[in-house]
Amino acid sequence: MNGEIPALLPALPEIILAIGAMILLMLGVFRGNGSFTQVTNLSVLLLVICAAVMINEVGGERQVTFNNMFVTDAFAVFAKVLVYMGSAVALLISGKFLAEHKIDKFEYPILVLFATLGMLIMVSANNLMSLYVGLELQSLSLYVLAAMNRDRLRSTEAGLKYFVLGALSSGMLLYGISLIYGFSGTTEFDVLATSLQGEGTPEIGIVIGLVFLLAGLAFKVSAVPFHMWTPDVYEGSPTPVTAFFAAAPKVAAMALLVRAMINGFPALIDEWQQVIIFVSIASMLVGAFVALVQTNIKRLMAYSSIGHVGYALVGLAAGTQAGIEALLIYLAIYLTMTLGAFAAILSMRRSDGMVETIDDLAGLSETNLPMAVAISIFMFSLAGIPLLAGFFGKWFIFLAAVEAGLVPLAIIGFLASVVACFYYLRIIKVMFFDDPSEAFDGEHGRSVSLVVGTAAVLNSPVSFLLISSLAGAAAWAANSLLFQ
Amino acid sequence: MFFGENYLLSLMMLAPVIGSAIILFIRHKDAEIENRNVRSVALFTTLITFFMGLDLWAGFDNSTAEFQFVEKFQWFGDISYYLGVDGISVLFVLLTAFLMPIVILASWESISKRVKEYMIAFLVLEALMIGVFTALDIFLFYVFFEGGLIPMYLLIGIWGGVNRIYASFKFFLYTLLGSVLMLVAVLYMYFQSGTTDIPALMMYDFDVDVQSWLWLAFFASFAVKMPMWPVHTWLPDAHVQAPTGGSVILAGVLLKMGGYGFLRFSLPMLPEASIEFSWLIFTLSIIAIIYTSLVALVQEDIKKLIAYSSVAHMGFVTIGIFLLNTNGIEGAIFTMLSHGVVSGALFLCVGVIYDRLHTREISRYGGLAVNMKIYAVTFVLFSLASVGLPGTSGFIGEFLVLNGSFAYNSWITFLAATGVILGAAYMLYLVRRLIFGELDKDDVKAMPDLSLREKLIFAPLVAVVLWMGIYPNSFLDPMHVSVQALLETHFPAQMTRETTHAATIDTSSAVVGR
Repeated sequence: MNGEIPALLPALPEIILAIGAMILLMLGVFRGNGSFTQVTNLSVLLLVICAAVMINEVGGERQVTFNNMFVTDAFAVFAKVLVYMGSAVALLISGKFLAEHKIDKFEYPILVLFATLGMLIMVSANNLMSLYVGLELQSLSLYVLAAMNRDRLRSTEAGLKYFVLGALSSGMLLYGISLIYGFSGTTEFDVLATSLQGEGTPEIGIVIGLVFLLAGLAFKVSAVPFHMWTPDVYEGSPTPVTAFFAAAPKVAAMALLVRAMINGFPALIDEWQQVIIFVSIASMLVGAFVALVQTNIKRLMAYSSIGHVGYALVGLAAGTQAGIEALLIYLAIYLTMTLGAFAAILSMRRSDGMVETIDDLAGLSETNLPMAVAISIFMFSLAGIPLLAGFFGKWFIFLAAVEAGLVPLAIIGFLASVVACFYYLRIIKVMFFDDPSEAFDGEHGRSVSLVVGTAAVLNSPVSFLLISSLAGAAAWAANSLLFQ
Repeated sequence: MFFGENYLLSLMMLAPVIGSAIILFIRHKDAEIENRNVRSVALFTTLITFFMGLDLWAGFDNSTAEFQFVEKFQWFGDISYYLGVDGISVLFVLLTAFLMPIVILASWESISKRVKEYMIAFLVLEALMIGVFTALDIFLFYVFFEGGLIPMYLLIGIWGGVNRIYASFKFFLYTLLGSVLMLVAVLYMYFQSGTTDIPALMMYDFDVDVQSWLWLAFFASFAVKMPMWPVHTWLPDAHVQAPTGGSVILAGVLLKMGGYGFLRFSLPMLPEASIEFSWLIFTLSIIAIIYTSLVALVQEDIKKLIAYSSVAHMGFVTIGIFLLNTNGIEGAIFTMLSHGVVSGALFLCVGVIYDRLHTREISRYGGLAVNMKIYAVTFVLFSLASVGLPGTSGFIGEFLVLNGSFAYNSWITFLAATGVILGAAYMLYLVRRLIFGELDKDDVKAMPDLSLREKLIFAPLVAVVLWMGIYPNSFLDPMHVSVQALLETHFPAQMTRETTHAATIDTSSAVVGR
């Protein structure tokens, strides 16, 4: 506060990303729409550079800067690696699709970069103010992305819906923040944590503020009962954008929620735990039951992602280090499953354009066996069947729940997963047991094949070899969050 | 022991996996040649696995209850890759390895579409089944136990009958529902004891109140897998719709996982609860034996009839396990082994005539003894083994179980023995309608007798059924010490009661020639 320049190193990757994104924006403006491919490739490169800088220069030590607004630690590094991966992969698989739909504008990669920057700030937010700034940067970019295909009604509708409901949730979030500030006198997580400690019953204003805060954040992670926008936005947005929505922003919002609760309100655990348990159960059940009747695969994936948010929240509900560790493992595995599944959906194209109903997959195993096998791997993995990576996620999550004494939650979660299994199985049934319909056009681009293949391998029993290191990294990250 | 002493169990799992990887890369422009090569590789792989199984049996030390052929590597957290066999599991491994080459041979001609995928699914399934019986880490066990659903789901769904989709979904979801409850119990046990090591968990003393819940959770899973009445309804559907090979493996090995689970988890880890709930098991098992036998009596579909008979036989197994005495448990294991061979063989018999006439309706056949003499002899032999005729494998197991139950409560013996009579009724009725009677249907008249390949399939099965019936000690000896140890460690009170009974009723040893 005394005019000195704050330490920049902890935020170096974010700064590089911000400057880089603006340079690429200039490049795009000067070169016009023909520069789409170039800007996209450079954006991926920029993300890789930022990730490398973060790992090599910043590291996992806890550092704060900008008046404690911004924090970086092992938890942030872990979550940010996932965010970088999600954004880079979403950029990689989108080129072909956007070009075909004539929406290959250079703004697309730029918007993804800005959204990513917002997510990075969210992950590193150590103050309700920086939390809000990061969230809005991300959200505003996402609204525009959803409406990218502005000549199509569904896409603009998706963008508008997302914007209106998103604005409402931001309003609730701000209202909650103002209440918390009014009753506690601070917006800083660390100060909040100490000032709320040992007060006996917390003040009602704080609790109401906390509930509003949770409602706003639940919207961002698309948890029930704030999930209504998800299916419409997922269905209406161009598929690569949906793939992006389903991956990186989920991770960032979840990390933000975890940090806010664990670092900001550890004293109010009894209060927020109830809310999280409710939200988690509701999400698991809605995700399982409503998805049963979907016919569009993107809507189905939307409900599936709602369900998976419910599972991930079980880890937060446990409120222990093991719970956070499980949540991080779950998010990492979820990221590979989702990106793989959406890349596979991108390959569902016939000569007359994209198709996206489940029945279009009929008999895929006879027309394109490798793709059918890959999709089955994703589906079995999403269903959490052993042998595939998804099971490890469920194992860690529910182990943490049982350790925290939440056995009923674990039972409900598993029963919901059996229901959910039905619709994943249905997709496999359509691909393997039904008679083939017209084959897909094989021209989906090499990067899509690469992503599908890599994700399938990661989710296959190969994950047996990787789970040990993933669990180690997650433990390292979770540890930094709780015991500073 | 000839080779691979230290890693024999891993090698037995690895061989089918390598085999399926090789099959994946078999390509030829002529589909016929490609399929032939695929089948040969699959057969060769399963034969190698079978020889390793024989090696395992030969190297197995009958005189100790300790786990043998142990392999242990740290995996992640407290979980390790931990394999081993004892007297309870070694014969199941052998059974799996024995049935697989037969299944491959049986599918030689009947499967003509997507041969590659079919063989890969079977080989992967074999690896997983061996994994279930050898895993000594509860996490690893669960992975194999549940993972087996995937290939089986595909086998029923792709190569099954008309109603295969319904059957495959029912099979998958039913089994999964039971298993997730078990998973909660597994998580709780891990949390309580801090270990996933099965031998360590066996020694851990769980709180008596908690034991009941844990027991019920395990019961939910194993009862579905067994299957016990009233959660058996998936089995007739799955059996009827599955291709012949799938039915054989389902009846021969997958059903045994439930019984094995009771022996490996419920009994040693939750002994108090096992005693407490034995009434439940007996009630359900007796209902299963009598009710499903009656249901079997009125079936029109051959496969369905055999499926219901399986449920009845599994009733004997569950009674035997929860009698908690040596005869009961050894009888239960022996019944499982015998049923694995006999019901597998019966499904193969059905497959033989199904391949010729493409129907499983009993009334479409009749008088096969006239034109298919060798087939008729084989079928009658396996039917009688299923009924429990002395001199066949079915007799020994049922006798031991009934004998054990007599020491426990003679009412159980009485009711279970009713099932034996009903079993004879429905099997002989089936034989009468299928094998004997008038040969009056033209298409049945045209059916040729067994081919050389089919004879090759049945020869080892006939030999094993008779071997098990005439000299059961080859199979009882490996399990004896382990069963004794299980009872002595976890059920000392039951053991003392048994020894007092043994003084008065000492017939079993004389009969089985121990």
